[in-house]
Amino acid sequence: MSADPRRERRQELHGYIAGLCLALILSAIPFAAVMTGALPRAGIVWTIAIAALCQVMVHFRLFLHIDLSRSHRDDLQLILFSLLIVVLMVGGTLWVLGNQRAMMG
Amino acid sequence: MAYTVEGKGPSHIGIRMSNDAPPSHKEEARAQAEEALFGFWVFLMSDLIIFSMLFATYATMTHALAGGPGPKQLFDIHSAALETIALLLSSFTCGLATLYMRYDGSVKKTLLWFVVTLLLGAVFLSLELHDFIAMAAKGGVPSRSGWLSASWALIGTHGLHVTTGCIWLLIMFAQVAKFGLDPLVQTRFMRLALFWHFLDVVWIGIFSIVYLLGVIS
Amino acid sequence: MIHFLFGELGYNALPFYSAIATVAASVVVLGAVVVVGSITWLRGWRALWSEWLTSVDHKRIGIMYVVVSFVMLARAVIEACVMRSQQAVAYDSPGFIPPEHFAQLFTTHGTIMIFFMAMPFLIGIYNFAMPLQLGARDVSFPVMNSISLGLTSAGAVLMMISLCLGKFSTGGWTGYPPYTELSFSPGVGVDYWIWALTLSSLGNTMTGINFAVTIYKKRAPGMTLFRMPLFCWTALCISILMIFAMPPLTVATLMLAMDRYLDMHFFTNALGGNMMNYVNMFWLFGHPEVYILILPAFGVYSETIATFSNKRLYGYTSLVWATVSIAVLSFTVWLHHFFTMGQDGSVNAVFGIATMLIAIPTGVKVYDWLLTMFRGRIRLSVPMLYASAFMILFVVGGATGVMLANPGFDYQVHNTLFLVAHFHNMLIPGLLFGMLSAYHYWFPKAFGFRLNEVWGRIIFACWTGGFLLAFMPLYIVGALGMPRRSQEFFEAVYQPYMYVALAGAALVFCALASMAIQLWTSIRNRDSLRVFAGDPWNGRTLEWSIAAPPPEYNFARIPKVDSVDAFYQAKQQRTAWRAPDEYFDIPLPANSPVGFLCCVSGGAFGFALTWHIWWAVVVSALVFFGSIVLRSFNRDTMRIVPSGEVQETEENWLLALSETPPVANEAMFTTANRGLVREPV
Ligand code: HEM
Ligand SMILES: [Cu+2]
Repeated sequence: MSADPRRERRQELHGYIAGLCLALILSAIPFAAVMTGALPRAGIVWTIAIAALCQVMVHFRLFLHIDLSRSHRDDLQLILFSLLIVVLMVGGTLWVLGNQRAMMG
Repeated sequence: MAYTVEGKGPSHIGIRMSNDAPPSHKEEARAQAEEALFGFWVFLMSDLIIFSMLFATYATMTHALAGGPGPKQLFDIHSAALETIALLLSSFTCGLATLYMRYDGSVKKTLLWFVVTLLLGAVFLSLELHDFIAMAAKGGVPSRSGWLSASWALIGTHGLHVTTGCIWLLIMFAQVAKFGLDPLVQTRFMRLALFWHFLDVVWIGIFSIVYLLGVIS
Repeated sequence: MIHFLFGELGYNALPFYSAIATVAASVVVLGAVVVVGSITWLRGWRALWSEWLTSVDHKRIGIMYVVVSFVMLARAVIEACVMRSQQAVAYDSPGFIPPEHFAQLFTTHGTIMIFFMAMPFLIGIYNFAMPLQLGARDVSFPVMNSISLGLTSAGAVLMMISLCLGKFSTGGWTGYPPYTELSFSPGVGVDYWIWALTLSSLGNTMTGINFAVTIYKKRAPGMTLFRMPLFCWTALCISILMIFAMPPLTVATLMLAMDRYLDMHFFTNALGGNMMNYVNMFWLFGHPEVYILILPAFGVYSETIATFSNKRLYGYTSLVWATVSIAVLSFTVWLHHFFTMGQDGSVNAVFGIATMLIAIPTGVKVYDWLLTMFRGRIRLSVPMLYASAFMILFVVGGATGVMLANPGFDYQVHNTLFLVAHFHNMLIPGLLFGMLSAYHYWFPKAFGFRLNEVWGRIIFACWTGGFLLAFMPLYIVGALGMPRRSQEFFEAVYQPYMYVALAGAALVFCALASMAIQLWTSIRNRDSLRVFAGDPWNGRTLEWSIAAPPPEYNFARIPKVDSVDAFYQAKQQRTAWRAPDEYFDIPLPANSPVGFLCCVSGGAFGFALTWHIWWAVVVSALVFFGSIVLRSFNRDTMRIVPSGEVQETEENWLLALSETPPVANEAMFTTANRGLVREPV
């Protein structure tokens, strides 16, 4: 952490503004893709997925201030572990129930 | 056995707070704030699992229309876009409010931006309410099919969270009126801000998976 | 109007439909009257209110959790005995319990044992011991702690009320839909079950958050994570499990509630519902839950085996990693609870293998404990007896678990008493023995006197013998094909085994009675069992370095830690029990009625929802959140214990300590033990 609060404040303010702009763009892209229907279906799906992932990262970095600095180590570990659990639970659910649907549907 | 010197726990880093308390109190308040914020992060992650399960259930139920209306008939993508913008702006103004709180200690500016946040939250909620009414009018009530149950539950849970956030903001205004922006009120605002940003992150999932993927299905 | 006031509640809710129900309800009412009466007679209301119900002290909250758990244990054991009696006479005969009532019995027994016996027991033990072991003065969020207790107790109270008003669910502790949907279970039973579970799982989630933050942020200076006692490691792991595994249960039960109350279709047969979603979510919670139940026992055994072998825990690091990997792996195996539900064989294979993998870290643990005992100075205390029985029986249960992890085998014994034998084999020698040893081990710390040793051994013998007789036969009848949850059966071969199992249940009942007697005689003879000096077992961790019972602030000065077993080392280096050079004022969290208010309003909320009393739903919800919000406006939340008072308390104790004659290792279990043990040479 830099010692100068004024500089820090300015950086953070710029962070928020950048975050807002990026998030707006990353929302606009998938909405536009769907509304105009300019892409083939698979392309739209990928656009939505990638834009969403990018936007989540933007939010975490610029709004929730999660970064790799030491002072956020605990938070970061927590989030990464939660992500692992979410992947296990949601991925597992989709796999298992999808499989059952295929077997019995 | 050796003892530690009281009042000087392990040093905590990473939290900034503006207040005029003497340094030792400042240190203590900081430590407490750190603990409270970490605890809140843990809560958010637990809440994230709730949303994950709602998403997973939703995803397994996309075929469960049971002959009822589907996303194409029910979802208004323009309204979803407006909601997205409202929530995103509110996240931004919420961030600004904490910025003024933490660096400037300015009650006026902090409150101003939090009020704007509240208003944007209200805009979001009324748009959402409007969506729900429109859906119901087209026969898309939650008891119509498994898919509708799952969508109402997912979107509704998010909406309920935003409502909670709005009520929490109102309570915080009362706290500011009573205590000013003292350290405890500040940590509570920080937790509220985390909550608010978190809800915006969940919304990304909702507009992408439910609305956008829904209407192209 | 009547309907507005009382919802569905009416005269026919009273338990006069069967003699057993009437008796059970009368016992509950009578018990409540006796408790209220004796508190009044002893003029205890004020003390109860100011020292217990509004207390946010982690030690008192822990003790209250254990009290809740004991009450519920008594009820669930009695229900188990009734079920065993029924099955003993049920060969080709309806016996004395009708099917619907039998179904209520296994549902309440299972639900209570898991959610209202096991969970409060282990949470109570952690609440009491973990902050002491960490060298902390309390948990991170003391008021939230008392709210958690309030929610869990509210759930327990709801379970007790269900004995008196209306009938309970018949859907088993798992509550699988579509059977538990409105169309098949139209009464209030499932609603009772849903709200009792929801209340308690919210409480448990909050406890998980509280414990995790406490461990992360409140360790004594110098206590790195790898210097924590193993018990605290298990606390960290179960907190993580609670934080991440309780939400799926909450979501599943609330979706079931939405189906029932709002006519939604998550799990119904019609209109696109899918009951497999429920089963999947329930076990996303359920499997981590069984590790929430077993890891605390591992933690307790790790402490007691080291203490009573008078040796440092063997393989500390490997035990930590084993614990952590069990915790993480437990999120990857949930499907083994529904191998038979129609997915692909390859899916089953993946989950079967993942399940078997858990046996590896578990095996590591057993070897570590054995090697801790190896060449130690073993003292066969009651906790040590439980630990030895555990190590033998748990391996048997683990072996049957690995058998069940094979989907092919599971298909054969699915839904039979083999499974019932397996999970009781894990839960009784694992969880319950672990908690009972914790009870014997920390009781002197909590109350300042030991529990009677002879009765302790009798209880141990009854539990172990009772368990063996009651459950070993079930492996056999299970393999022979006897289905679980059957009120009547038609195969003569099962019958003798049912008699043996009944004898076992009787012995378990004796264990329960002996526990009451032990508590009674120990309280009566407390003066001869006092251990004020505070270290009756020659302990190794920080909780033994203070008086018994501990002062409310725990540590006059927060200790500095530089190794595992810091207190034991200090004793060896003769630096233990040093009076600090200076005393300070100690701020402690002040009492708060919020937890109690949340208990009452939370319980009322569940009750009102169950009976569709909508005005009370609104009122109780307002009280619940209102009390929390109002509390946030209260800035007078700390109380100072002045340094003078601290000094007086501490000097009193240090003086008594210096006058306490240390007892020889061999005489530890005699009345000569006043809380100080001589180190054996
Ligand atoms: C004290 C000795 C105990 C006895 C004699 C006993 C007996 C029984 C019996 C007879 C059943 C019904 C089996 C069937 O389906 O036919 C049962 C079920 C069950 N027990 Fe126990 N039990 C004991 C202790 C425990 C403990 C300590 C736990 C958990 C901590 C526990 C958890 C359960 C569960 C979860 C079920 C399944 C309920 C269901 O089918 O939904 N029991 N027990
Ligand atoms: Cu399992």
